[in-house]
Amino acid sequence: MAALEEEFTLSAVALGAGPDGVLGVEPSDKTDQFLVTDSSRTVILYKVSDQKPLGSWSVKQGQIITCPAVCNFQTGEYIVVHDNKVLRIWNNEDVNLDKVFKATLSAEVYRIHSIQGTEPVVQFKEGAVRGLEALLAEPQQKIETVISDEEVIKWTKFFMVFRHPALIFITEKHGSYFAYVQMFNSQNLSKYTLSLGKEEKCITPNFTAYVDRKFISLMSISSDGCIYESLIPVYPSDTEKNQRVVRSQLLKAVVSGSSRTGVALTVLDQDHIAVLGPPVPASKDCLSIWNIKFQTLQTSKELPQGSSGQLWYYGENLFMLHGKVLTVIPYKCEVSSLAGALGKLKHSQDPGTHTIPHFVNWETSQGYGLGSQNSEPSRRILRRKKVEVSSQPEVPASEQLLSIIKKDSEKHIEVELRKFLAVKWTPDFHTLVGDIVSGLLGRCKAEPSFYPRNCLMQLIQTHTLSYSLCPGLMEIALEKTDVQMLQLCLQQFPDIPESVTCACLKLFLSIGDDSLQEININMESVFDYSDTKQDEKMEEQTEILQNGFNPENGNCGNCNQEVNEKPQNAMEETASCPVTPKRAALFRNAILHSAYSEIFLLPHLKDIPAQHTTLFLQYLYFLYLKCSENATMTLPGIHPPTLSQIMDWICLLLDANFTVVVMIPEAKRLLINLYKFVKSQICVYSELNKIEVSFRELQKLNQEKNNRGLYSIEVLELF
Amino acid sequence: MGEFKVHRVRFFNYVPPGIRCVAYNNQSNRLAVSRTDGTVEIYNLSANYFQEKFFPGHESRATEALCWAEGQRLFSAGLNGEILEYDLQALNVKYALDAFGGPIWSMTASPSGSQLLVGCEDGSVKLFQITPDKIQFERNFDRQKSRILSLSWHPSATHIAAGSIDYISVFDVKSGSAIRKMIVDRQYMGVSKRKCIVWGVAFLSDGTVISVDSAGKVQFWDSATGTLVKSHLIANADVQSIAVADQEDSFVVGTAEGTIFHFQLVSVTSNSSEKQWVRTKPFQHHTHDVRAVAHSPTALISGGTDTHLVIRPLMEKVEVKNYDAALRKITFPHRCLISCSKKKQLLLFQFAHHLELWRLGSTVATGKNGDTLPLSKNADHLLHLKTKGPENIICSCISPCGSWIAYSTVSRVFLYRLNYEHDNISLKRVSKMPAFLRSALQILFSEDSKKLFVASNQGSLHIFQLLEGSFKHLHTFQPQSGTVEAMCLLAVSSDGNWLAASGTSAGVHVYNVKHLKLHCTVPAYNFPVTALAIAPITNNLVIAHSDQQVFEYSIPEKQYTEWSRNIQKQGFHHLWLQRDTPITHISFHPKRPMHILLHDAYMFCIIDKSLPLPNDKTLLYNPLPPTNESDVFRRRTAHAFKISKIYKPLLFMDLLDERTLVAVERPLDDIIAQLPPPIKKKKFGT
Repeated sequence: MAALEEEFTLSAVALGAGPDGVLGVEPSDKTDQFLVTDSSRTVILYKVSDQKPLGSWSVKQGQIITCPAVCNFQTGEYIVVHDNKVLRIWNNEDVNLDKVFKATLSAEVYRIHSIQGTEPVVQFKEGAVRGLEALLAEPQQKIETVISDEEVIKWTKFFMVFRHPALIFITEKHGSYFAYVQMFNSQNLSKYTLSLGKEEKCITPNFTAYVDRKFISLMSISSDGCIYESLIPVYPSDTEKNQRVVRSQLLKAVVSGSSRTGVALTVLDQDHIAVLGPPVPASKDCLSIWNIKFQTLQTSKELPQGSSGQLWYYGENLFMLHGKVLTVIPYKCEVSSLAGALGKLKHSQDPGTHTIPHFVNWETSQGYGLGSQNSEPSRRILRRKKVEVSSQPEVPASEQLLSIIKKDSEKHIEVELRKFLAVKWTPDFHTLVGDIVSGLLGRCKAEPSFYPRNCLMQLIQTHTLSYSLCPGLMEIALEKTDVQMLQLCLQQFPDIPESVTCACLKLFLSIGDDSLQEININMESVFDYSDTKQDEKMEEQTEILQNGFNPENGNCGNCNQEVNEKPQNAMEETASCPVTPKRAALFRNAILHSAYSEIFLLPHLKDIPAQHTTLFLQYLYFLYLKCSENATMTLPGIHPPTLSQIMDWICLLLDANFTVVVMIPEAKRLLINLYKFVKSQICVYSELNKIEVSFRELQKLNQEKNNRGLYSIEVLELF
Repeated sequence: MGEFKVHRVRFFNYVPPGIRCVAYNNQSNRLAVSRTDGTVEIYNLSANYFQEKFFPGHESRATEALCWAEGQRLFSAGLNGEILEYDLQALNVKYALDAFGGPIWSMTASPSGSQLLVGCEDGSVKLFQITPDKIQFERNFDRQKSRILSLSWHPSATHIAAGSIDYISVFDVKSGSAIRKMIVDRQYMGVSKRKCIVWGVAFLSDGTVISVDSAGKVQFWDSATGTLVKSHLIANADVQSIAVADQEDSFVVGTAEGTIFHFQLVSVTSNSSEKQWVRTKPFQHHTHDVRAVAHSPTALISGGTDTHLVIRPLMEKVEVKNYDAALRKITFPHRCLISCSKKKQLLLFQFAHHLELWRLGSTVATGKNGDTLPLSKNADHLLHLKTKGPENIICSCISPCGSWIAYSTVSRVFLYRLNYEHDNISLKRVSKMPAFLRSALQILFSEDSKKLFVASNQGSLHIFQLLEGSFKHLHTFQPQSGTVEAMCLLAVSSDGNWLAASGTSAGVHVYNVKHLKLHCTVPAYNFPVTALAIAPITNNLVIAHSDQQVFEYSIPEKQYTEWSRNIQKQGFHHLWLQRDTPITHISFHPKRPMHILLHDAYMFCIIDKSLPLPNDKTLLYNPLPPTNESDVFRRRTAHAFKISKIYKPLLFMDLLDERTLVAVERPLDDIIAQLPPPIKKKKFGT
């Protein structure tokens, strides 16, 4: 919707002391700064947002500015013409207009046109046009006459058509109006006769124009208060001179027809025009915004102090004289849509006007930090540039990949994914990978047969995924009992919920050994031991436990006895593992290392069947024994679980399933061993507590030595 | 290099006042900091965070708000109801204007900088117009029920938001009427508190008002509808301060628990334009309340009750890894608060409202490196001199002979004569200070204690001759015509012939005291001077700058010395340049003209000019070489910079005689022990 914002005055001093009010308002090369040319002698540069002038220049007494000052966008200089023929060029630093560059021309200048992207052109009153550079090279060059004798230029506009400057101007001769279109690329001048209604003889029509593809849409407001549109082709279809253009009515009775002054219009965009003038006879002047597409009045604002019939529009600001002061009304027009009209459209910010905040990617920034320690800053910037360059074509690649994922075969996806992953590390790599995974998972859910295992494995191995980024991934892996994938996930994801960890544990415990044998599992941290005797071992163990219950020595002596009885067995027991190495790898690599919170984990652990609990406990106990074998209390291998991790898991399992475990005969021996262990620990700690007191005393002594008090004299030797 | 007896002094009971406000000026990259005692300090962030100016505090002037306006003009307002403007050139208060609204709690300058808005105890919001040389009351806004604790302008200057107790008001600037009132929830973790104080508000250009309050919430309000959009509960205690980046894509809040939180406007999903405010980074650099925060384009700045000023750079905004990428914690002032009488072994400590005079102890024992010697006599507290009036002491000095003490406040300069009779000490004030001597920025006695040099804040330097119990004005060096810059550092040569003076930005001027004329001006350097001193015998002026450069300038020859040229050619060691506190004091060895002793807060260094300069490959901070190492090795690795980092934080270090040093330390633990206890946070259990 189009909206006019709160108006504000640009200058407190009254402008328009001259007969024509303000001569012109032109944009300067800086946004928000505008050149206002008073019709008498002054040019003022305003900063609109600050509502204050930045500079002001005047011509000498007796001279008069005849054409509004413009800014040369290519050089940033300002150009003005006074006394019809004298051209002045200056810039911000100049103070006195008398001392700046001056060129006296041979013909009278009508106007200077300057727009972004091209050099300024000078239009003479006889209709001829010259580029500024060419003119300055030879100021006194002869200027030809283009229009006939009694023709007078009434209105003119300069714009870019398909990157080429074009000029349209309208002349009047004995009440007939002619439009000329000059293309600069072809030096082609075409003349058109405007057919106007008979009624408008007395009042000069107001014009505005915009380019709509191959036509210049020329709009005029005529004395009956209606707005008419004439379409003039940019490229004349035939060379025949003096074609007629017909006009069509666009809006009816926009302003009061009888108004003598204060009528002006300007095009805001393709659909909107601003009209200045009294809407009904004898009312006050009013600025209204019309939608020409729907022929509706969008908004209007009354100007009680009257206006001068001049209206300029640059970069979201409408400039007009309100009374004697130059007024700015910011105007905003959003693309109208039904949703907008119904108030259901969210006001989205224009991405161009706001800088996009830098989302901090800690890992990448860390990487940069490390890199920069050794390299020169300049090299670092270069490198960053390189990365940016290489990542340029990647953004569409991710979208492409997403569309491939939706329909193509697994094989094809894999190939494309590999290509995508080959170029790494854009700032939003994390989120892109997340999008891809959710794309894959979405298809998995839709087609049960689709399970792009390799792709998913590859993506997990980018070290960028987390559970929260792709919550469905582990669910599907659990469904498919894909142990390898789960292991990988458990290793890579930092934020797996306890329920899922527990579900994985359950799966690892319940999966058959034969199916485990077929799966390729990362075993890097499992040290070697022989599991040849495992089955036998388990049997023997149960036997011992079954026979072992003896109420007389039901304490820790019990098992000692048994160990004594069967020393060989006990030796083997400590040396062998209750589970296959593959399963051990799963437990150790994946489960024991995963992060958890006891409170959330305990309820899930209760769901594990008793047999599995015992098996896992046995395994943990085995690990503990392995641990205590060496002095450092660590396990061999890469990334072994620490002793405290093992102990925590034992405690948790026992806490969760104690009542069940107590009832199982197979677990009896294990429990006894653990009990023994705890008892010995208590012994050790009570001894340690005793030592600690002595240590504390020692520490106190040491502290006193370090604490020098408020004043001391010391000896210092500098080498 | 030698063996020294070091008097290690830790009884300087200095506690920096807590930080109340910080205001960042983007234009000049300077930071103004006000402290609870009313002191205002200006830090130059471009000059290695050097505290280049300060305005002494005042007992009745508790600063509650500080802001820059109209480019580089600095205003403060406080609980005495006055608005003050500071003169950054002459280093004094330009004027004080009563706002007539009771104590002022908040102040803010309009986005264009031409207007000033203050919020008062009586609930009024007053608009002042800033004129070129003063401010002028324009009008009142609609009066509110209770005090206005925070204010913020809309960037278009059409509306303002004002935080009060239990609600936030939005005013229309044109009409001055309150158009919205947004009630803040008093509930705090389910318990209704008595009041909810809105400590800070920020008005964004899209109409969002962000508020921080005593219930620990950061809330986003839509000012158009007056509705609460989003609420973040971030602390169990008050959230006391907020600062928004100019781009409005990030802001920072400070809490009473000492944490600051960084909020950023980030896209909701990867490629959508919809953005939301997300709490991204918490930082815990403080132990106490964070009373003030500021957001520079590249860093978060915070300060509070624990007296540290912390500058935390935003790593994603830092282009090159250099100085600016390092976290800064500034605790101590970058000027000397201690002076020393070498002859009598006295130390004069300067506090906000009193001076303390101590006599150092002595020992007869000797020892080897690292030993603590038994004291035969402990240090004595000789004198506790309280100032009259509410003004803080600007500067103080004790004469080398120990019989004169001079200090200055904003309105008066005081001079005392001390008499020692065995263990008794008597103090006599020298009255009738001349009328032109109102206030001094720096005071210095000549080596023979016969002359007194005073740098006044009008840029002039006065010389007085001291007689027994009286004094005589000898001469005044007027400032260079056209400059009004105050001189804040003085140095006099040991023969008393040369006087060097430096301001905050222009070069160092050297005056000939004998002929009473300007001798020369050392070429101006880009970075402010942090310390200067004139070497005995050679009369070389040694100047330390805030970028850690040290220059040596020969006064008689009016040029830089050969050594200074050499070190500039070769460059300082990179570790030397990376130190983050400025050199605050320079002194010389009486017998070894090749030695320069200088120190900052974390090290002291003796530069031996006869030794080769270290290059970047050599070890700058060489640890003590083992004794059995051969002499050849020692000679090969020896370089000019002998650095010791034993004493820290080091506030003062000087040579008493050839073999004796005095080092004044102020351990941070001792400062923390004197601060109020911080909010207790439970670590374990529930």
